[in-house]
Amino acid sequence: MTEYAEQSGLLDRHLAFVEALRGAGLSVSLAEDIDALAALGAVPWGDRATVRDVFAATLVKKQAQRTTFDALFDVYFPAMVGDGAAAVGGDEAGGPDAGEGAVRDNATALVDFRDRLAEALEAQEIDEAELRRMAAEMVGVFGAMPGRGPGLSSWSAYTALQRVAPQELVDRLVAGLMGEGADEEDTRRRANRRIGSFTAMVEEDARRRIAEEKGPDHVAEVAIRPSIDKLAFMAARRTDLEEMRKEIFPLARRLATRLAKEQHSRHARTAPLDFRRTVRASIATGGVPVTTHHRPKRPHRTDLVVLCDVSGSVANFAQFTLLFVFALREVFQSMRAFTFIDHVHEVTGHFRPGADPVDVLADLSASASHAALWGRTNYGRAFTKFEEAHLDALTPKTTLLILGDARSNYSDLHEDTLKRLTGSVKRAFWLNPEHERNWGTGDSAAPTYGEIVRMIECRNLTQLSEFVHDLAW
Amino acid sequence: MTWFDAPADAAARLATAGYLADAATATTTYLAGALEKPLLLEGPAGVGKTELAKAVSRATGADLVRLQCYEGLDEARALYEWNYKKQLLRIQATNAGGTAAGGVDWDATHDDIFSEEFLLTRPLLTAIRREEPTVLLIDEVDKTDIEVEGLLLEVLSDFQVTIPELGTVAATRRPFVVLTSNASRELSEAVKRRCLYLHIDYPDAARERQILQQQVPDLDGRIAEQLVATVARLRELELKKAPSIAESVDWARTLIALEIRDLDAKAIAETLGAVLKHQSDHERAVKELKLARA
Repeated sequence: MTEYAEQSGLLDRHLAFVEALRGAGLSVSLAEDIDALAALGAVPWGDRATVRDVFAATLVKKQAQRTTFDALFDVYFPAMVGDGAAAVGGDEAGGPDAGEGAVRDNATALVDFRDRLAEALEAQEIDEAELRRMAAEMVGVFGAMPGRGPGLSSWSAYTALQRVAPQELVDRLVAGLMGEGADEEDTRRRANRRIGSFTAMVEEDARRRIAEEKGPDHVAEVAIRPSIDKLAFMAARRTDLEEMRKEIFPLARRLATRLAKEQHSRHARTAPLDFRRTVRASIATGGVPVTTHHRPKRPHRTDLVVLCDVSGSVANFAQFTLLFVFALREVFQSMRAFTFIDHVHEVTGHFRPGADPVDVLADLSASASHAALWGRTNYGRAFTKFEEAHLDALTPKTTLLILGDARSNYSDLHEDTLKRLTGSVKRAFWLNPEHERNWGTGDSAAPTYGEIVRMIECRNLTQLSEFVHDLAW
Repeated sequence: MTWFDAPADAAARLATAGYLADAATATTTYLAGALEKPLLLEGPAGVGKTELAKAVSRATGADLVRLQCYEGLDEARALYEWNYKKQLLRIQATNAGGTAAGGVDWDATHDDIFSEEFLLTRPLLTAIRREEPTVLLIDEVDKTDIEVEGLLLEVLSDFQVTIPELGTVAATRRPFVVLTSNASRELSEAVKRRCLYLHIDYPDAARERQILQQQVPDLDGRIAEQLVATVARLRELELKKAPSIAESVDWARTLIALEIRDLDAKAIAETLGAVLKHQSDHERAVKELKLARA
């Protein structure tokens, strides 16, 4: 058995896979590793999906990490090798370029391929295997980047997608699908979804080919994106942002539960005894007070004032933080929010209880124009304006939260104003979405402001929820 | 006893028990039986997590022992408890009868009152001591306090319970353990490590239609299709609570009760309350689906 395992390389592949998972931030313990192998022994290996399900059941214990897992699984256990079974079968004689079966990259081939792709996508029921094969063909033919020597050639999903441009097929697809008597908007959505999933297949296939050429470890290092809760706000793409927004409310709910529990348990040890309830409970144990009960604690709450930079570079971060903090408003006593670029604008009114997050975000972006006069970020001016117009928001019980990257376009920083502002409140924090190593580079005034206010790095949802947790204490 | 013979067998037998499992669910359920490891199910509310445990018990003819978790659940409710009142009575009875003998031997009394007779078994201990095949369902495990998780560890990894006065009770026959969680908080690593993990999500359109037709046999095929399409559309919106399978089934029943034969915009607007339970979700759905206000 051992000998066989060594020969087949299966064990090596498994170990490398587990290593890659650990590298991507999944905590796979030795016990789970052993479980995975035991589980593999209990199922037939004929179906790749079964093997994936087995690995997923034993190694991945958080749903947020599932996308990372799937991407790595595709790299280490690819669905096919090279151009796939079809190409190998039809083209046994020569190398990939020699046979007549192999298509070269030229204009006719491109037109022909686009026609076939449109046809496949128009089908009533999508044939997934066929699409996967076409994705492989597309990367093989249009995405190849021939290298100077063996092992140097590569593939690019980007090039392939640029050349074939499946997005431009949307209109054609809509026309093709419309015949079924559905309304146009619905059809357009379906067409977009199909093209989106095809694009994902193409990206997957390029990863697979590169993994074949350069070894899976290389791809695992460079091409796998971190899971959504570890993804930096500043590096997020549009689809990531949507996914993050969906994460916000579950995250806030989890945090609220955790806070309630912790406050409860910490409180139980120190609070005064509730004599009546203790005696009442002791009756069940014959008058012996086995468990004690305590008086409920008077809720200690925080007044929060959030002042956030909504200029283009940090707008996403500001919106997330605002939404997140408002999702937790029952934890805080009262809350006011102001946005600024070079002028200050109050946005508290947009956060009605029970409001729809999509509407809130739309309102926020619309109101960003109120926060700008010239449209260039100017922290110093924003602080001065805030002091002039909204000083009443700050009381000795307030916690002041400033969100922004402290990049102030080399303008006057007005440190003295910030000093006065932070001096009048109970606590003040500055959340900076940039990596700490970038503070102070270029026009960043982070070190200057960092001396006045405690500046905290907050690059992803995990760091954000940790900070809010500590804040709510 | 083997619970299932193969993933395909698990799928087939769950289907006869009225649970349509997808490939991942069938494989993981089979594994939980084959490896005798607990199965942790996570997913949105109403996608059939609890139902899976019930289906396993129906499919295998095993009895279901259920522990419903809630905040404040403790050892005495989950594991076992000494019948305090009965013990008191026993001591009094011994004293009354034995005063003549001049204080009955304390050791005898002690051994006597901490015996089987005075033990009240709670779900976890019950499941472990049963001789017959058992499915143990620990429902909504995320609702408990952290301490209870610690209590579960011994049960989940070794299938045994230690009672200081009696010794260790090990399972004669390992139960099929299913834990469900709505992920309202993260479970500890220790619990997760001991379990197989399965995330159950909303089903795809084809499977949801099958489920609907199985649960609501009177439902017309065409209206089922419309309903599934509408629900899928609703799930794409950013809602506070996306409609679950349980809610689609409710909706289907509503439509039958109201004798609605065609699910057009008006019908949707009138019966939306069956699937969406938040005012802001209602508004969003009306806006996005372009429904006339009911």
